Amino acid sequence: MIKDLKKPLGYIYLGIIVVFLYAPILTLVVLSFNRSRSMAVWMGFSVDWYRRMIADPMILEAIWNTFSIALVSAVIATIIGTLGAIGITAMKKSRQTAILAFNNIPLLNADIVIGISLMLTYLIFGISLSWGTVLLSHITFSLPYVILSVMPKLKQTARMNYEAALDLGATPIHAFTKVVLPDVFPGIISGFLLAFTMSVDDFVVTHFTRGAGINTISTLIYSQAKVGIKPTLFALSTIIFVVVLVVLTVSNIISNRKSVA
Amino acid sequence: MANTPIIELKNIYKSFGETEVLTDFNLEVGEKEFITLLGPSGCGKTTILRIVGGFETPDRGSVIFQGKDITDVPPNKREINTVFQKYALFPHMNVQDNIAFGLKISGKTDQYIKDKIQYALKLVNLDGYETRSIQSLSGGQQQRIAMARAIVNEPKVLLLDEPLGALDLKLRQDMEYELIRLNNELGITFIYVTHDQEEALTMSDKVVVMNMGHIQQMGTPEEIYNEPENAFVADFIGDSNIIDGVMEEDRLVRICGEKWPCVDEGFGRNKPVDVVIRPEDIIIREPGEGRLDGEVVHNVFIGVHYEMEIMAGGFTWLAQNTTNFEVGSQVSIDVTPSNIQIMHKPQSIEEEAMEIDT
Repeated sequence: MIKDLKKPLGYIYLGIIVVFLYAPILTLVVLSFNRSRSMAVWMGFSVDWYRRMIADPMILEAIWNTFSIALVSAVIATIIGTLGAIGITAMKKSRQTAILAFNNIPLLNADIVIGISLMLTYLIFGISLSWGTVLLSHITFSLPYVILSVMPKLKQTARMNYEAALDLGATPIHAFTKVVLPDVFPGIISGFLLAFTMSVDDFVVTHFTRGAGINTISTLIYSQAKVGIKPTLFALSTIIFVVVLVVLTVSNIISNRKSVA
Repeated sequence: MANTPIIELKNIYKSFGETEVLTDFNLEVGEKEFITLLGPSGCGKTTILRIVGGFETPDRGSVIFQGKDITDVPPNKREINTVFQKYALFPHMNVQDNIAFGLKISGKTDQYIKDKIQYALKLVNLDGYETRSIQSLSGGQQQRIAMARAIVNEPKVLLLDEPLGALDLKLRQDMEYELIRLNNELGITFIYVTHDQEEALTMSDKVVVMNMGHIQQMGTPEEIYNEPENAFVADFIGDSNIIDGVMEEDRLVRICGEKWPCVDEGFGRNKPVDVVIRPEDIIIREPGEGRLDGEVVHNVFIGVHYEMEIMAGGFTWLAQNTTNFEVGSQVSIDVTPSNIQIMHKPQSIEEEAMEIDT
């Protein structure tokens, strides 16, 4: 009897969790297609808010800032992080543990602490807040994630395969590019995608380190919400959600395929 | 083998942090020889291999290859290839790309590379596996591809770091014969590292038994097995009874209160010695007919023979015999004089490690 109930109850439980997690987002997506301004009444389907969003230069600039910063910071963080991971792997065990502990602190640190301390640092060194400071900040907080996604791949086989390549006559550079790099490539890709989504997603750090007039999508939504929310922002939020969803799905597919093979 | 050495290690010192792994280590390896470094883990055998391969630089001392000092030559510039313990095949390349890796670097023509791959796969009995992925191969197949990848470069010396360690018994025995055949066919010098005494005895022209960074004994498998020079070698190579004895005079040793004729001379009079007797050399007779009476206290059938423990003269003797003597039966044991091996007693652990080295 209880056994018979176990399965349906499990599904119901799962269903409730999914509803709690996704109902708010679904509401947002639905409202972004509402013809009316109202948040209470459905007046029929329309893509009007999307059209107005595209027509708004402020929103367009915010989109441009968001994705340019995300792309550039992810590329730079991936390069630095990969080189860092290689360096850490070559270290002695005790030193490795120490460095990784340092690496993990920013992961656990509250965004607001990172944001404020970065802002203070820029001000103390007389760096005026701008697109560039946001970029630097995003590189800073993505770096530990890249290192953590590249490290495990390197640990498994990299050292051994590198030596095997040297043994077969490869120069150190050839051994690195032809043997080590292809081996850790899945880790590099997932590190990059993680850095990219973290950057697109970020509000707190950006809020503290952006200069006057520089907006990303999230800071724009925040500042407009203070004045009164317009459904164009629902449309914008929907777009962020979809972008993040796509990136995460792709990264999951890549890492799954690699672990199966 | 009295041919010229292809590799000479001269006065090698190597420490990792505080631990001194090799101290004044010397070794000569002759051309086309199959030499095995045998010892427990941590004895320095893998470090020697890595120094020859160029992956470690000795703190002091030099590595000579065909008369030239190659101590500071990087691994990619040495005419030496390695088969690594865990094979280290490149997982993102298929079998033929793995084998071709070294050949492409040395700029061989496509046709040459293709022929070489064919030849190497045939040599390791894996023809037709060109386009297989590494992940689809079993451990034994991966091991053979690793061999193929190393030998297509026609190295002067092939280093093998416990390559059979991960294989099951049957496959290991097959591979042992395969390696002997390759050594004979290719005319390449093999330096083989293992902690498995059976592998060492089966394959090698010369076995180097090591402990704590020192050579304990060097010789042919027969010499190592039949005439171990100290208790460590006797204990490490096969089972043996190592008994305290006193050398009464030349050719006569006292063990367990009895006098035993033997064939060793030059130990002096009334000198304490270690005596080694292999379990298969113990002759079991009816009580009173042998040299020492005793009782069978333990008996296990292990396939080829019975392995028995015989309590006699205050010592538990390990004996192997194809005839079964039940536990509790009274027996008498004897040993042919030539099967009694006498060794000097080391005065300290340090001396034990040093004595053969000097």
